[in-house]
Amino acid sequence: MAAATVSLEQIDWENPEQIGLWQDAWQRFRRNPIAVGGLIFVCLLVLDALLAPLLVTLHLIADPLKQNVANSYASFSLQHLLGTDYLGRDLLSRVMFGARISLAIGLTVQVIYLLIGGTIGLVSGYLGGRVDNLLMRFVDIWYAFPDLLFLLVVVAVFKPSLFVIFGAIGIIGWVDLARLIRGQVLSLKEKEFVEGARAAGSGPSKIILRHLLPNTLGPIIVSLTFGIPRAIFLEATLSYLGVGIPPPTPSWGIMIQDGYQAIFAYPHQVLVPALALAITMLSFSFIGDGLRDAIDPRMRR
Amino acid sequence: MAVAQGAPPRGALISFKIPRGRGASLGLYIVRRILWLVPVLFFVITITFVLMHLAPGSPWDREGKQLSAAVVRNLNAKYGLSDPFFVQYLRYLVNVVHFDFGLSFQYEDQPVSSLILKSWPPTAVIGALAFLMIVVFGIGIGVVAALRQNTWVDYIVVGFSTVGASTPAFVLGIILIIIFSVTLYRVTGGNFSLPTGDFALDQHLIMPVVTLSTLPIAFIARLTRASTLEVLRQDFVRTAWAKGLRERLVVTKHVLKNSLIPVVSALGPTFAVLITGSVIVESVFNIPGIGRAFVIAVGSRDYPMILATTILFSVVVALANLVVDLLYTAIDPRVRLG
Repeated sequence: MAAATVSLEQIDWENPEQIGLWQDAWQRFRRNPIAVGGLIFVCLLVLDALLAPLLVTLHLIADPLKQNVANSYASFSLQHLLGTDYLGRDLLSRVMFGARISLAIGLTVQVIYLLIGGTIGLVSGYLGGRVDNLLMRFVDIWYAFPDLLFLLVVVAVFKPSLFVIFGAIGIIGWVDLARLIRGQVLSLKEKEFVEGARAAGSGPSKIILRHLLPNTLGPIIVSLTFGIPRAIFLEATLSYLGVGIPPPTPSWGIMIQDGYQAIFAYPHQVLVPALALAITMLSFSFIGDGLRDAIDPRMRR
Repeated sequence: MAVAQGAPPRGALISFKIPRGRGASLGLYIVRRILWLVPVLFFVITITFVLMHLAPGSPWDREGKQLSAAVVRNLNAKYGLSDPFFVQYLRYLVNVVHFDFGLSFQYEDQPVSSLILKSWPPTAVIGALAFLMIVVFGIGIGVVAALRQNTWVDYIVVGFSTVGASTPAFVLGIILIIIFSVTLYRVTGGNFSLPTGDFALDQHLIMPVVTLSTLPIAFIARLTRASTLEVLRQDFVRTAWAKGLRERLVVTKHVLKNSLIPVVSALGPTFAVLITGSVIVESVFNIPGIGRAFVIAVGSRDYPMILATTILFSVVVALANLVVDLLYTAIDPRVRLG
């Protein structure tokens, strides 16, 4: 514990919030080298996703969409550091642009999870009674539907586009979050500060947003962090199965599928995007593990 | 994936007061759980059915090729697509109750049920073997890691379960192919490699089963390790050590009986992971099972096939959860149904 090493005189008793929950959590997170490693990788990835188009205009990397069939499956060269794919497109550039899709999916979907799962969990937990019962039965039924199947049905019905895939992945995964938040709210709403707020005349919506939501933030953040690799995985799987992000947009799943055609002759074609995908998912999992240990030490493995 | 990362162990779906007598309540419980299947399936069918009818275009749209209006009219009449939505929906529900899943759109005059009957053996064999691997290795390495906590054995298991739990199945399958079928073939001059060619059940099982089971093994190992560590710290285990019992007896008689309870409850959701996994693994290894049939049906908008497969998968997952919940009460008398 960081606080234990601080002598009594150093503590600013006037502003006791100085060592708040979040600073404390950050201190613990920082001391976890694996989690920090994951965070550094994700930061690099974000940087890559933001700067990739700029690098193309500066001619530092090749255009990921520019085809040159005469130069397909070129091996490593200065011009194409990782070689080219079956249409002669630069592999390095495509992997770098693939991060954009994966990160966009990972983050957007969490917003949808939060909107649907958060609302249902908060309302269900706070109101209780018949509403809670009804909503939880709905959640149970939703849970019984294997997620990849539902996704495949949706993309079979609507032509896969960026919008359809973002929405479909968002609609299937909120169940865990709804359950988590409901459980948190159920235990929190009996606490004195909620009773106090009610006594002071706050209505349900104000109590939910002002008092209950902030107190459930820790577990929610952890759950959302674990949701990111899951969403990335689902998008890559759809694209790998050939029903995901429509080509020619570079997505790691599509690149793995493309490279798979030539796996015996050019194994690196499939290995590069596969490793990018695996390392990205692993990094988010490491961050999730680190956050869980940091925010709630009791939840430690 | 969904289940592997932090899904809570699931209890019973319906809670109810238990009447007197354990046997009577068990029978009643099973009946209620099976009845619960009805609304679940109704929901699954309705959602899928509605989605398909919301879809823009018709299943006869093919890229490039345009069917003439007369042909489309005949096709619609043959498959009953010209009736109003509600008529189609009710007819489908009635037919499903009679186990009639209709004709496939993609193969002429092939009932969906015969397509499924034809493609289930590889899926079932690979799934069963993978499940066996999950139970044996997942629990095995989890217990060993807990017993040797903070040794290199433990570190290897923890490392494996972390990496294994976040490696997509198709990435793992591809890496296995590159190692065992591409590199090994080159290195040994073609004398030794694992086959990747056309699928045959008797000789192409190793890589699909390993690919399918790695993620659940990692998940179960992690869970087993955590719960075993918790039990190892309990007083009754210390007592067992103190009275001089051998390690084997302490572990089997005292530790495992308690530490496996949460693990068993996680085996139900594992079935859902295996089913979604089979879709991926069968595509990677080109296995003619139900999972690949489903992907093909999705690609060609074969609605009857998609509906039937979705129903089948939902039933399997629900039944697996039921069996696991029953097992749960059998190994832990403290747990009461409900």
